[in-house]
Amino acid sequence: MSLRLAEAERVSFAYGAEPVLDGVDLTVEQGEFVALVGANGSGKSTLLRLLLGLERPQTGAVRLFGVDPRRLGERWRIGYVPQRAVLTTSLPATVEEIVAAGRLARRGWARRLRRQDREEVDHALESVALTDRRRDPAGSLSGGQQQRALIAKALVSRPELLILDEPVAGVDLDSQARFRDSLMHLVKDHGAAVLLVSHELGAVAEDLDRVVLLRHGAIAFDGAPDELASQGVNLGIHAADLPMWLESRRPHPDQPT
Amino acid sequence: MTFAALALPFPFEREYMQLALLAALVVGATAPLIGTFLVQKQLSLLGDGIGHVAFAGVAAGLLLNVWPVWTALIAAVTGAVALEWLRSRGHTSGDLALSLFFYTGIAAGVVLTGLAGALDAGLLTYLFGSILTMSAGDAWTIVALAVFIAGTVAVTWRAMFTVVLDEESARVAGLPVMGLNLALSALTAVTVVAAMRVVGVLLVAALMVLPVASAQRVCHSFRATLLTSSAVGAFAGISGLVVARFADLAPGATIVLAAATLFAVCALWGRLR
Repeated sequence: MSLRLAEAERVSFAYGAEPVLDGVDLTVEQGEFVALVGANGSGKSTLLRLLLGLERPQTGAVRLFGVDPRRLGERWRIGYVPQRAVLTTSLPATVEEIVAAGRLARRGWARRLRRQDREEVDHALESVALTDRRRDPAGSLSGGQQQRALIAKALVSRPELLILDEPVAGVDLDSQARFRDSLMHLVKDHGAAVLLVSHELGAVAEDLDRVVLLRHGAIAFDGAPDELASQGVNLGIHAADLPMWLESRRPHPDQPT
Repeated sequence: MTFAALALPFPFEREYMQLALLAALVVGATAPLIGTFLVQKQLSLLGDGIGHVAFAGVAAGLLLNVWPVWTALIAAVTGAVALEWLRSRGHTSGDLALSLFFYTGIAAGVVLTGLAGALDAGLLTYLFGSILTMSAGDAWTIVALAVFIAGTVAVTWRAMFTVVLDEESARVAGLPVMGLNLALSALTAVTVVAAMRVVGVLLVAALMVLPVASAQRVCHSFRATLLTSSAVGAFAGISGLVVARFADLAPGATIVLAAATLFAVCALWGRLR
């Protein structure tokens, strides 16, 4: 049986009187590549924040590597790229410094980085094809390159679970392809699991193991991508719930399913 | 405490100038170390707000007949921690919390100095600095505070940089974000008190911010910005002191004007490169 890296069990959450999640169950197992999809306001980012321990569920339980996220000691086991993460142009920091910051979870925040850390930084930069920009100011990168730098920062601790919230929103196609290569390197070569929230699944569509669809704060579907594409209508799932890629794979109404 | 005067050339041949040189050098070098983080967090005026709280602490010291540096240190650190707590709870925006402490501090300072009967020229030494009248004890206290600031930054700068990049990711990575933010606020307060006799509480924020603004114009990396801003601050301290001695001007103000001039030079250099 595969190890359960992230688990949400009957989780409910509300911001004040506004319910966001209602009795959500979700698991991500070792080596799985899972996409969390749904319309804006369906509760995707909130579910991620609960899984990461940034919020506490009002009812139900959340576990990371089998323990309460707030009690997880080895934080390097999680890599996280938050939504709309951008680097301000005024920040005086090189790409290499941004990526090296991700090693603190592994090394300890008060310790100096050693040769092994620098090698990991080299490897992470290489995996997102930013080696030649390592000494450049982070603010001089394009939006797609900045996202790749932040993904390298998340990868550099060699996490067992990588959680990404809309990492390729507004990113050019070339960067999306490189992003896909980086993720597949982590999944295939390091056996890590990926939980990805995105409206643009195009780059990784063929590599997904599962798609979890949230609608109005509840799980509307949890299964294989093809199953969702073919049975979505029968499940009461509408175009607004689906990322463009899944929508394009839905069979025409006249076609036999 | 004593100070063994060295045989230095003009304008540092006198003991009081050597004490001033020591203080200007260490404060000029350490204040921008803290300022580098404040500028990135868009809290450039935090030093100014805490300076006003420190002023209330000085006044309390005058009223209670206690060495004002200690009371200023207690007031500034307490104010800085309370300010960060208010900001982090999200109930009060950063600039509103700053305004609250800014005006309360200066008003409390005026009331307390009035009660102490100390509304005289002596008070100006804390408002605008009085680097040329420092005792050896004042100078060594400043050195001790500066060593504490530099040592703490040397240990925590990578973690503080990670928090500056993105607090949420830093929290997920297991960094003690609240503790680091409180430490930065407390270090800001210590810096304000260390710099109080050099440039005064009204100008202290300039010494934290202007060298950082200069370094940002010519540096690409965070580490280089940290070190360059420190060098710029130290140079501003020395050059401001020299100008003050030659032209018989107030040294606190000439140090800040030297920092402003260096900013103009760095901005020009950054543009021409």
